Amino acid sequence: MRRRGFSAFLLLGIVLSSSAVWADAASDRIAKLEQQVTAAQGSADNAWMLVSAALVLLMTGPGLALFYGGLVRKKNVLATMMQSFAMMAIITVVWGVIGYSLCFGSGNSFIGGFGHVLLHGVGAAPDPDYAGTIPQQTFMIYQLMFAIITPALITGAFAERMKFSAMAVFMVLWSLIVYAPMAHMVWGKGGLLNAALGGRIPTLDFAGGTVVHVTSGVSALVCAWYLGKRIGYPHEPMPPHSVVLSFIGACLLWVGWFGFNAGSALAASALATSAFVATHFGAAAAALSWSAAEWLHNGKPSVLGGISGAVAGLVAITPAAGFVTPMSALIIGFVAGAFCFFMVAKVKQKFRYDDSLDAFGVHGAGGTIGALLTGIFATSAVNPIFHNDSGQILPSGVIEGHARQLLNQFVGVVIAWVLAIVGTLILLKIVDATIGLRVSADHEVQGLDLTQHGEEGYAWDSSAV
Amino acid sequence: MTKLEAVIQPSKLETVKEALIEIGVDGMTVIEVRGHGRQKGHTEFYRGREYTVDLLPKIKLEIVLNDDLVDKAVTAIIKTAQTGKIGDGKIFLTRIDEAIRIRNEERGAAAL
Repeated sequence: MRRRGFSAFLLLGIVLSSSAVWADAASDRIAKLEQQVTAAQGSADNAWMLVSAALVLLMTGPGLALFYGGLVRKKNVLATMMQSFAMMAIITVVWGVIGYSLCFGSGNSFIGGFGHVLLHGVGAAPDPDYAGTIPQQTFMIYQLMFAIITPALITGAFAERMKFSAMAVFMVLWSLIVYAPMAHMVWGKGGLLNAALGGRIPTLDFAGGTVVHVTSGVSALVCAWYLGKRIGYPHEPMPPHSVVLSFIGACLLWVGWFGFNAGSALAASALATSAFVATHFGAAAAALSWSAAEWLHNGKPSVLGGISGAVAGLVAITPAAGFVTPMSALIIGFVAGAFCFFMVAKVKQKFRYDDSLDAFGVHGAGGTIGALLTGIFATSAVNPIFHNDSGQILPSGVIEGHARQLLNQFVGVVIAWVLAIVGTLILLKIVDATIGLRVSADHEVQGLDLTQHGEEGYAWDSSAV
Repeated sequence: MTKLEAVIQPSKLETVKEALIEIGVDGMTVIEVRGHGRQKGHTEFYRGREYTVDLLPKIKLEIVLNDDLVDKAVTAIIKTAQTGKIGDGKIFLTRIDEAIRIRNEERGAAAL
């Protein structure tokens, strides 16, 4: 009797433990599948983000280099392109050593800390505050491309008269004193203006309308004013030496901007698609409104006007891209194109500053108007960025009834303006006192390609056939 | 020997060249120049700023001829380059002291 009971017990034991083993195997498999799905999602996100990073770098080289290069006189084409190229090299080093840490490390409301100096701790593991599905290294390299193009934009203001050495030093300091605090405030953890991470004055800036365009555009205005006009401006005609180059550059900017705006979704998501679409619609609308304004004003729509309009629209949609509908993007574009045309064709003439390549007129003004319009047109239907404590979605912009957002946007814009003005003035004074900002009059007349770089852009007429 | 310099509209170059070859002109030099006479230029707009372009592209022909060919060459150029509008161009004639062929050092009429 006892033996049969024991055997029964043993048999039961065997059956139970094998099904336990089966159950363990099944849940192991499920866990593994879950891991693989997450990895696959992460792969898609990472692939898109690496492509986006490449697209944003393309915007600087050769996009901006060509766009600006074509607008200057032939004798300065290489020097102008060199300014963009130099940023690609110099800012990369600064970023790796300390820039990334100051922008995105933990610090206080205004600036990051030193936790990521020399990219310490920036590896394959995601930083969940910023982008939970991609390696932090991807996030870092993506953000680097923004840090590169921002100072490059400023060079448009002092084209054809700034010393290369002085520019290099100025830009290194500017990226630490102006860019890093602004980037940290809007995008960094604990940042005062960070809408996504609970900043006290949440400013909606999807891809850098304030961080990139307002700071660089306003700094450009300060530089243009401080350095003074080019010799011969405005009486001597200084038309672009090649609108062809500028056209190519502008188209590269438009396409590259998909990485700039849609990539700011930090994932290969529906939000990235939404930002992509809004970006494109904003560019198209602004190209049309600038051209229309020009057609009315001058009697003909120019190619330079069309591409300038497109760029103005891209600037204005930058803060709004991931928050607005395509139709709102059209409106933002239409407004920005006409507004920036007015700034460039009328306001610049009136106040007579020599912002040679309209860095302020397009980026400063476009970024400002875009940031404000973002406050109006942002909708939680596109991007539910605000929640209350119980997880309920809150309205984003004025069209949803959240009128206060326009005030927040205004505060963010004012902070960008003040930071840019004060920071730039201080740095200009320092660099001018130590190195000297402007080339000599003789060098300016000869041209910077020859005097700063010992080169000729086009040696087509030389006897060496 | 006479040097004939003609400033003409760029669009007339092909027909003028053919007409000269037809009357026996063997050599010519063609230069791209800019200039204006009484022809007004045009205005261009860049980002809201108006620029007046009054130096217009032209073609300059330089030919050195034997004196007996000069009248024929002038007629040929005028017939092909003339439109009757301002901007047709001008022809200048000057005396040449000497002409030398580099290849075999021939001088004078033989060098032309």
